[in-house]
Amino acid sequence: MSDAGGMPPTQPFGQPAASPPEEGGESFASRIALAQRAGGAVAPLLTVLLAFVMGGVVVLITTGKNPINTYRAIFDGSGLIWFFQIPWDTGSDAAFNLQQTLILTTTLILVGLAVAFAFRCGLFNIGGQGQYLAGAIIAVWVGSSFESMSPIPHVVLVLLVGTLAGALLAGIAGFLKATVGAHEVITTIMLNWVVIWVGQFLFGLGGPLQNDTQTSVPVSNDVVEGAKLHVFWGDALLQGLHIGFFIAVGSLVVYWALLNRTTLGYGVKAVGFNPEAARYGGISVARNYFLAMAISGAFAGIAGAIDILGWQFRLSTGDIKASAASGIAFTGIAVALLGRNTAVGTFFAALLFGALLTGTSTRNLDPSIFQPELASNLTLLIQGLVILFIGLDFVILWLLARMRGKRVAI
Amino acid sequence: MPERPQVLEMRHITKRFPGIVANDDVSFDLLEGEVHALLGENGAGKSTLMNILYGLYHADEGEIVIKGTPVRLGSPSASIGAGVGMVHQHFMLIPVMTVAENIVLAEEPTRSGIVFDLREAERRVREISDRFGLAVDPTARIEDITVGQQQRVEILKALYREADILVLDEPTAVLTPQEAQDLFEVIRGLTARGKSVIFITHKLNEVLDIADRITVLRRGKLVETLPAEGATEASLARLMVGREVLLRVEKTSAKPGKPLLQVEGLRVHDDRGLEKVRGISFEVRAGEIVGIAGIDGNGQTEMIDALAGLRSIDSGTVRIDGDDVTRDSVHGHFEGGLGHIPEDRQRRGLVLEYSIAENIALHDYRSEPASRYGWLFPRRLIERARSLIKAFDVRGGSPSTRAGALSGGNQQKVVLAREIERDPKVLIAAQPTRGLDVGAIEFVHRRLIEERDEGRAILLVSLELEEVLSLSDRILVLYEGEIAGEFPPTASEEELGIAMTGAGRGEVAA
Repeated sequence: MSDAGGMPPTQPFGQPAASPPEEGGESFASRIALAQRAGGAVAPLLTVLLAFVMGGVVVLITTGKNPINTYRAIFDGSGLIWFFQIPWDTGSDAAFNLQQTLILTTTLILVGLAVAFAFRCGLFNIGGQGQYLAGAIIAVWVGSSFESMSPIPHVVLVLLVGTLAGALLAGIAGFLKATVGAHEVITTIMLNWVVIWVGQFLFGLGGPLQNDTQTSVPVSNDVVEGAKLHVFWGDALLQGLHIGFFIAVGSLVVYWALLNRTTLGYGVKAVGFNPEAARYGGISVARNYFLAMAISGAFAGIAGAIDILGWQFRLSTGDIKASAASGIAFTGIAVALLGRNTAVGTFFAALLFGALLTGTSTRNLDPSIFQPELASNLTLLIQGLVILFIGLDFVILWLLARMRGKRVAI
Repeated sequence: MPERPQVLEMRHITKRFPGIVANDDVSFDLLEGEVHALLGENGAGKSTLMNILYGLYHADEGEIVIKGTPVRLGSPSASIGAGVGMVHQHFMLIPVMTVAENIVLAEEPTRSGIVFDLREAERRVREISDRFGLAVDPTARIEDITVGQQQRVEILKALYREADILVLDEPTAVLTPQEAQDLFEVIRGLTARGKSVIFITHKLNEVLDIADRITVLRRGKLVETLPAEGATEASLARLMVGREVLLRVEKTSAKPGKPLLQVEGLRVHDDRGLEKVRGISFEVRAGEIVGIAGIDGNGQTEMIDALAGLRSIDSGTVRIDGDDVTRDSVHGHFEGGLGHIPEDRQRRGLVLEYSIAENIALHDYRSEPASRYGWLFPRRLIERARSLIKAFDVRGGSPSTRAGALSGGNQQKVVLAREIERDPKVLIAAQPTRGLDVGAIEFVHRRLIEERDEGRAILLVSLELEEVLSLSDRILVLYEGEIAGEFPPTASEEELGIAMTGAGRGEVAA
């Protein structure tokens, strides 16, 4: 801890005047930064641990079964066990499960970045799902057209238009924030619904993009073979791991570099930390609000396109409707919060939630260990607890201070 | 003087924080009816010591004795129970509630133990305020009364809880000179009625005004406890800083050159649409410091913002070295040769989460050598910061240290370094020493004079009359958005004071 004057970093419950006067900014971005300085990687780990313990208590109470076994089963089901099964067998069940985990991790990294980037500018992009769907809709359209195009340009084109669609949609919210001050939380949620209903219309029965051959099913055409992402690990027919994974990892690098090595990132972070100082420094706050939202949307848009080209290949109105409440991009909020908006943190948080989602999927169920009704709900439960605890980051920090044997005034 | 009983003794207090000893074997005592000033630079350990007394921190070593009884102060409520009251720098009042409601909060008088008795609360508040001569209206709402009155409410809050020991943390920082004098009257009234007061400050003149005894802290250690009688500002400054300090600014007379900042008929409104600057005209020439004096809220902030391009101008023109910058962007002003030390370095002057190096690049990170084609070169920022840290004697950090981790004085040096390094023609210094300690004030003042002698035009805006008087070559008084008179630096505080309250206006106009 290296805080001003060596004062304890926080006054958890609002006791007066003990924090050093240097702590001026009270923006969300500053708060995250404060939490990070004070807790490092320990606080998020503790957050996860607490969430797991409480999830375990729920398992114990509701099913009467040993939560350790439940978690063990989730771990096995997530395929993470594969790393410990030496010699590595790339054809094992564990390998297959790990591929599924990493496919989800790919998406979660990108939708996590979509939330994280906006956070760094002091904005809360809650419309990741809409931006993700916008990317997916455009991707399925372009990906199922131009059958004669050669594969690489076709894939690049689809990814590009998907990215742009996400950027454009989020850009609308950014533009409204910058010009008339409309709150981005409201506008992005509203835009989610715009996209959902546009999707319903496009792929619904008789809709302009509804399947050409299966005229009684509200679903899109399939992506043409040439536009599918190459599967580099596992069986392409059994949904192996596609190269989108590397795009996601590459996006982490892009995210880090954008924020830390470009003038754009300098402006975005300055606005996030202290808009007043940014304005004084000649940085346009409005411009950065727009840019930060558009870039956030780009991450979500490419996530949608990658999912279409990587394993979904088609979109149905049912999928779109279901995603309104429980779409994967909402998990991106938990990923960004748990990862504390850093590139490395986002990677591990995405892996955690990817593993949880895979490990609790009904496919991997052993009813003697836990009930199907509990399965996916446990993931949601842990996700909710993580968000709750991160909202209470000061409580975690206070616990940390206690554990380190320091007295902090309450 | 008859021997007065001791009401408080803090013996050999030591308090460690990670990486720093905030209080190192500090002893402190307080007599009944005494004002004991606790003097020291920012970070000397004054607040830590008082937070221990108020139960916010726990001393690692040492003991506290109140009225002869050793006490354990584990929480503010324990301290309040022991008769300690504290008035913080930032008030802890609820704006929408009335004075009486705020004062009795958490210890409300009730009817038959259940119903809050507002009448009774108001009666008791009136009774205490009469007894101690602290006039406030118990029925007024906090948001409607002045800062000086709010402070009285804080004091009354402590008195209502029957505090005998009152700790006032930098109480004059938020007050006008007149309000400060009123506060001193109140303090004298309190001590005459047997209350004891600990007065935390870093302002030397106040200490000599109000204190009976003075304890000086430096870097967490007790330097000396001495009677106020016989002490001088110079001797106290030496104790505080640990070396001789120049309290008077030494400067030669100005050799003004051509006008670099020309303001004509400037009219500006504030966020609520009220006209705050009403057609002012002045110029600042190369090699002179023009001071703007005035009571807070007379248009200073709006004027500075307008001159820096941060606020749109209704009418009038602003020229920097002959170029019209009236409609230019913030960036355009900086390009045109403006340096701006903002009023509030933490809210505006610095991004506290950014490193020193990043803060120094705030105006020009978009251009070479800091960046090219949008790509930043952090190493270049660090190199540049390293040399400026040396040149401006910024202590307590390397180029990659977070600006928020620096002390106020060093933060201001970073701002100063950034603004001066760009070699501006015109330098606006708004409240450049607000909240700084003696050593840092000396540095900033000396630097401003040096920059003047370099041939820059300096516009100094300050609420500290003494500062305006000692630095400026010419003084303009701003009253209700108009210039209420021009004075030479030889003018007396009284003359300026009259103009500042608008009383001299007719005279000037005539």
